[in-house]
Amino acid sequence: MSGVNIRDLSIAFGGHKVIEKLNLSVVEGEFLVLLGPSGCGKSTLLHSIAGLIEVSEGQIEIGGQDMTWAEPSERGIGMVFQSYALYPTMTVERNMSFGLRVNRVPKAEIEKRVARAAEILQLGPLLARKPSQLSGGQRQRVAIGRALVREAGVFLFDEPLSNLDAKLRGELRRELKLLHKNLGSTMIYVTHDQVEAMTLASRVVVMKSGQIQQIGTPAEVYEKPQNRFVAGFLGAPGMNFVDSRIEIENGQPVLRSPFALGLGDYDFQVKPQNGQAVTLGLRPEHISITPDGAWEAEIQLVEPMGNHQVLWLKAGDVLLSAVVHEALDFVADQRVRFTVDVKRVSLFDQGTEARL
Amino acid sequence: MKKNGKRSHFTPARIGVYGFLLFSAAFFLAPLYIMLTTSFKSMDEIRLGQIFSLPHTLTFDAWRLAWSEACTGVACEGVRAGFWNSVRIAVPSTVLPILIGALNGYCLSFWRPRGANWLFGVLMLGAFIPLQVMIYPLVKLEAALGMYSSLTGIVVVHIIFSMPVMTLLFRNYYAAIPMELFKAARIDGGGFWRIFVQLMLPMSVPIVIVAAIMQITGVWNDYILGLVFAGRENLPMTVQLNNVINTTTGERLYNVNMAATMLTSAVPLLVYLVSGRWFVRGITAGAVKG
Repeated sequence: MSGVNIRDLSIAFGGHKVIEKLNLSVVEGEFLVLLGPSGCGKSTLLHSIAGLIEVSEGQIEIGGQDMTWAEPSERGIGMVFQSYALYPTMTVERNMSFGLRVNRVPKAEIEKRVARAAEILQLGPLLARKPSQLSGGQRQRVAIGRALVREAGVFLFDEPLSNLDAKLRGELRRELKLLHKNLGSTMIYVTHDQVEAMTLASRVVVMKSGQIQQIGTPAEVYEKPQNRFVAGFLGAPGMNFVDSRIEIENGQPVLRSPFALGLGDYDFQVKPQNGQAVTLGLRPEHISITPDGAWEAEIQLVEPMGNHQVLWLKAGDVLLSAVVHEALDFVADQRVRFTVDVKRVSLFDQGTEARL
Repeated sequence: MKKNGKRSHFTPARIGVYGFLLFSAAFFLAPLYIMLTTSFKSMDEIRLGQIFSLPHTLTFDAWRLAWSEACTGVACEGVRAGFWNSVRIAVPSTVLPILIGALNGYCLSFWRPRGANWLFGVLMLGAFIPLQVMIYPLVKLEAALGMYSSLTGIVVVHIIFSMPVMTLLFRNYYAAIPMELFKAARIDGGGFWRIFVQLMLPMSVPIVIVAAIMQITGVWNDYILGLVFAGRENLPMTVQLNNVINTTTGERLYNVNMAATMLTSAVPLLVYLVSGRWFVRGITAGAVKG
C-alpha cells in the first residue's frame, strides 16, 4: 500500500500543454476517481502516473519515492485498461503470470499468487482458456487479476468498464468496490461516467482542460459544486441554471427575478454584493411540487422513469426539470405549484462562475 | 424476390457472371495447359503442330532431361543445380527480411523513436525507385565490401530490396493492435526484446505467412538480381532456365523447355495453391480486432 503525490506536474504533446502545474495528493488506501469529459487530461494524468507518458515538468511520488523517471514496471503499480489489453496468444493463467515470470518470481510463489487472484475473481475454471474464448466481463476480470498478482501498492484503472454493457458494468462496479474494501489498496480510477464516480469513490477529482476543478467526497462534489462546470457535469437530469441578480434588502440578500427567493438560509462562502449578477443552480430533486409552493409553473412534459418521474416545468421564460419520487399522476399542461429548499441550492457568480 | 423459398439461381445476370468467370479462367489457364501437355509429348508429336491436343503417348523423358541433363551453356546438368541454388538463396532471403521487417514494424508502431515517421517515409520512397537504377551502385558497394558474386551478396541485396514492403506490412499489422496491449506489457516489466519475441511475434503468424508467400515467390521469380549478384556458383533456377532455353544446338526441344519452365515455376505455384487460404486470411487479419 502506498500513496501518490503529484507536484507541479505539466505534460505537453508537441508544444500543446495538456496538463499544467497540477498538484494532487492521493491518500494511502483511498479510492480516488478522476472524472471529466473526454479530452480533459484525466487519462493522460493516469498514464503519467503509470510511467507510460513522459512528463514535461514536475514530480510524481509513489509510496514516498520519487518515481518521475522510473520505468513503468518499477513503480509498484498495477494497471487495468479499457480494452482489457490481454495477451491474445496466452492463456488466462499465463496472462496473469506474465509479469511475474518476467521478474523471475519463484514458480511456487507465482502459482500461489495466481491461485489467490483466481479465487478472488472467480476465474478458477477459466485459467486454461485463451482471451478470445472469454466474454467481455470475464476478460476484464482477468485484466484485474493480472494487476492483482503484482501485489502492487497502487492500482490504476483506465475506464475499465466502458466497453461492457450496462448490466455487466453494474455488476463489475460492485465487484470493484468489494475488492477495494477487501484489499484496502490505493486505487486511482479514471472515468467519464458520473455514476461510477459517485458509487466507487472515496474522493472524486473533477477535471476540465487539464485542470482540477474540485476535489471532494462524492456528496461534497454533488451537493456543493465549487463552480458551474462541476455543477453541470454531475447529475442526470442536469442541474437547472437560472440567471438572476442579488439584491440586499434590509441587510438580507434576496433574489427578485424570475422568482423571489430569500437567501437568508444560504451558506455563503463569499459575501454577496448588492446587484451582483448570479446564476442560481437547482438540482431537479430539490424542486418539490406542493400545493402550498411559492411559485407556479405549467408542466410541459412528463418523463416516467419507473421508480421516479421527471417533470419539465415552464415557469415564465424559465424551463426547469424536477424529479418526483411519489407515485402521483401528472399530465402535460397541468398547472402546479412548487418550492425549493434554499439550503440546498447553489449560487454562482456569472463572471467567474465560482460558487458564492 | 418470392416470399418463401429461395431466390432463383439462374437469372440472366448470374449466367453472365459465370460465363465471364469461366471465360477468364480458361483464358488464363490456357498457357499452363499448353505447357503441361507439350512437356509430356515427344518431339515427333510436337512437330505435328496441334498444340491444343492431348499427348498420344505420355512420356516423361522431357522432364528427366530438363531436371538433370539439359545444357545450360557448357555444362549439361539440367536445372537441378539451379533449383538447389534457388533454395539456398530463397531461405535466408525469406527468413531474414521477415525478421527485420517485423522488428522495423514493431519499432515504428510501438516504440516510436524520434524521427520514426521521417525514416519510414524515406524507406517508402525507396520502394518507388526502380531497382535497375540501384544495380550499378550496389555492385560497386558489394565489390568494395568483398561480398559481390556470392551467396551473401545476393541475400543482402534481397534483404535491401524487400525492406520497404516488409516494414510496411508489419507496421500496418501492428498498428491495428491496441497500444494498450503494449503498455500492459511494459507495466508487466517486458523490455524491448521480450515484448517483441514473447508477445508480438506469436501474434504475427497471419502476417508472417503473407510476408513469407510474398518473399518466397518474389525471390524465386527474380532473374536480374540473381544474374548480377549471385555469382557463377550460385545462379538461381530462373537464370539456369534462361540458359536452357537459349542454349540451342540444332533442334529446339520444346518439350524440354516446357518441362524446365514448369519445374522452375513449381515452387511459387505450389506456394500459392497450398497457402491461398492463409494468404487471404492474413491480409484480412488486420481488420479483425482480437
